[in-house]
Amino acid sequence: MSPPRAPAPDEAPSGSLDPGGSRPPARATRLALYTRMLEMRGFEKRAYDLFLSGLVKGTSHLGLGQEAIAAAFGTAMREDDYTFATYRGHNHALARGVPMTPVMGELMGRACGLMAGKGGSMHLTSVEHHMMGSYAIIGAHLTIANGAAWSAKARGSGQVAVCFFGDGTTNIGAFHEALNFAAVYELPVVFVCENNLWMEYTPIASVTAVARPAADRASAYGLEPVVLDGNDPDVMHAAAVAALGRARSGAGPSLLEALTYRHGGHSRADPGKYRSDEELSYWLGRDPVPAYRARLVAEGVEEAEIAAIEQQVAAAVDEATEAAKASGPPSLDLVEKDVFADGGASWRR
Amino acid sequence: MAEMTYRDAVAAGIAQEMARDDSVVLFGEDVGAAGGVFKATVGLLEKFGPTRVVDTPISEQAILGAAMGAAMTGMRPIAEVMFSDFFAVCWDIVANEIAKTRYMTNGQVSLPLVIRSGNGGGSRFGAQHSQSIENWAMAVPGLKVVAPSTPRDVIGLLAAAVRDPDPVLFFEHKSLYATKGEVGQGEICDELGRAVVVREGDDVTIVALAQMVPRALHAAEELARDGIEAAVVDLRSLVPLDMTTVAASVRATGHLVTVEENPRLCGWGAELSSIVAEELLFDLDGPVVRVTTPHVPLPAADALEDAALPSPERIADGARRALA
Repeated sequence: MSPPRAPAPDEAPSGSLDPGGSRPPARATRLALYTRMLEMRGFEKRAYDLFLSGLVKGTSHLGLGQEAIAAAFGTAMREDDYTFATYRGHNHALARGVPMTPVMGELMGRACGLMAGKGGSMHLTSVEHHMMGSYAIIGAHLTIANGAAWSAKARGSGQVAVCFFGDGTTNIGAFHEALNFAAVYELPVVFVCENNLWMEYTPIASVTAVARPAADRASAYGLEPVVLDGNDPDVMHAAAVAALGRARSGAGPSLLEALTYRHGGHSRADPGKYRSDEELSYWLGRDPVPAYRARLVAEGVEEAEIAAIEQQVAAAVDEATEAAKASGPPSLDLVEKDVFADGGASWRR
Repeated sequence: MAEMTYRDAVAAGIAQEMARDDSVVLFGEDVGAAGGVFKATVGLLEKFGPTRVVDTPISEQAILGAAMGAAMTGMRPIAEVMFSDFFAVCWDIVANEIAKTRYMTNGQVSLPLVIRSGNGGGSRFGAQHSQSIENWAMAVPGLKVVAPSTPRDVIGLLAAAVRDPDPVLFFEHKSLYATKGEVGQGEICDELGRAVVVREGDDVTIVALAQMVPRALHAAEELARDGIEAAVVDLRSLVPLDMTTVAASVRATGHLVTVEENPRLCGWGAELSSIVAEELLFDLDGPVVRVTTPHVPLPAADALEDAALPSPERIADGARRALA
């Protein structure tokens, strides 16, 4: 048996299967996409630095390299659409407009944290922003996203639930239960597989029966197979608009497989050394952030305008870092708060 | 007052709440067209229609995940897990997601949902369709755990569970479905966390749950023939746990027997015993006795299952040991 390997660069998609088959987004949308990606990039790089300096504790799973998918959906979604993400969810929280300071504070375990430090990096939730949670157990949140979609349909609200997950999720039972359930009840839900080719430390191809872990399963649930260039914000934006529209029109769920790559390891403890230099350099060459910048410049956006955005974002990251650092530890009475709706943890009377 | 079976009380309780609140929906395997495998949801599909009473695939994770997602976005779902043994295939959704989300989100997310399930032994179904898993549920912070013993309490506690802002695991006892009891007219809604003294007695307190309540009452009659008057407390819920009622009875009798259907280790009676040891030691006039199913999987054959589950005779023996 030959050793497992990730797809060689020439096996990566050169274009995309764009279900929208559309024109590039409007200029304002493209600037929004670039701004969102920059925020995510700046935030995640800072989070990494803060690990190294010991200010972020526990674990964390960075979305460096995968920004285009989150930015595209964050830009295309209606304000009241629901996001369900995985533990690699910082990008998705920022994409919904959750401010950087509480997210940074949550990573650092500070009082200003999004959940006052009770959830941590893997559980970012902001109901106010319809960021309905990051989920740390593989597969579960696909079923939960179905429930939100089911509720939206029952209430006739027109909302769509969007559920992001990694390639590894396609091999767990809950994925298959959720896809079937969504298809049977024609739920307004969009499942987005962020296929970064690596299931933790193992190439997804070496542990999966089919070449495209999500798309090749779609037909089992009566869905169209869709493979997208997950590093192209325009492609992803068009796909997001199409899938959201389909869900909102009552046509049911979609399953999108977006090919992308994480620049770092699986988690804080992982330097990602199992990947070949060739593969890494290929994908760093397809980094969505500088590539999109170049596209915007080539298509006439002024360098000065882009530079101003970059300055703004860098300042926002610095400001969030300082604000989180200045925040104290959470109040210790939180340990026994909010287990139950009465605000406490009491299980007896 | 009218006589009603425990299984009809389940449907009556659900109907009462669905009629009262449009956000209450029911889903699970065979709950609609078939009226439930235990016939506990008969008539609900006809009454409330297929958008509120939904037959699902055999997908416990998908069922409970959907309940959670619906609850966090404005619905009050009642989901069914057909046999409580099947919680083992969806325990992630229960223990990791539903139980912890309010806490992890610092109170942002409320999950007003009920998971009903057929629990307990006596049906000769063998080790994977007979378990009493209330002690699994009780061990997870964030869950409320309810187990009624009478048709009237099925309605009152189910209504309370549906209206509760927290997730409730509602254990219906399979061997009680056919039992009958008096049920009053009009709306019934109880408060979670209130135990009931179902038999007064001065000599010993017997605390029981679900199917063990009628067995404890039976044991009390046997003890009465020997001149021993046992108080029987129906706990009705494990979380919240009504220690106030239990403690008052133990103070009065000085003796405590707990009767659990779950296997012995880490059963709720152990928790009760430890609380009594910490807080009521000097009110006791004898050892606390736990009567439980032994720490074994339940066997299928009637003779073996009957030997495993606490019987009225074993409960009475337990009371005599407590008094010895």
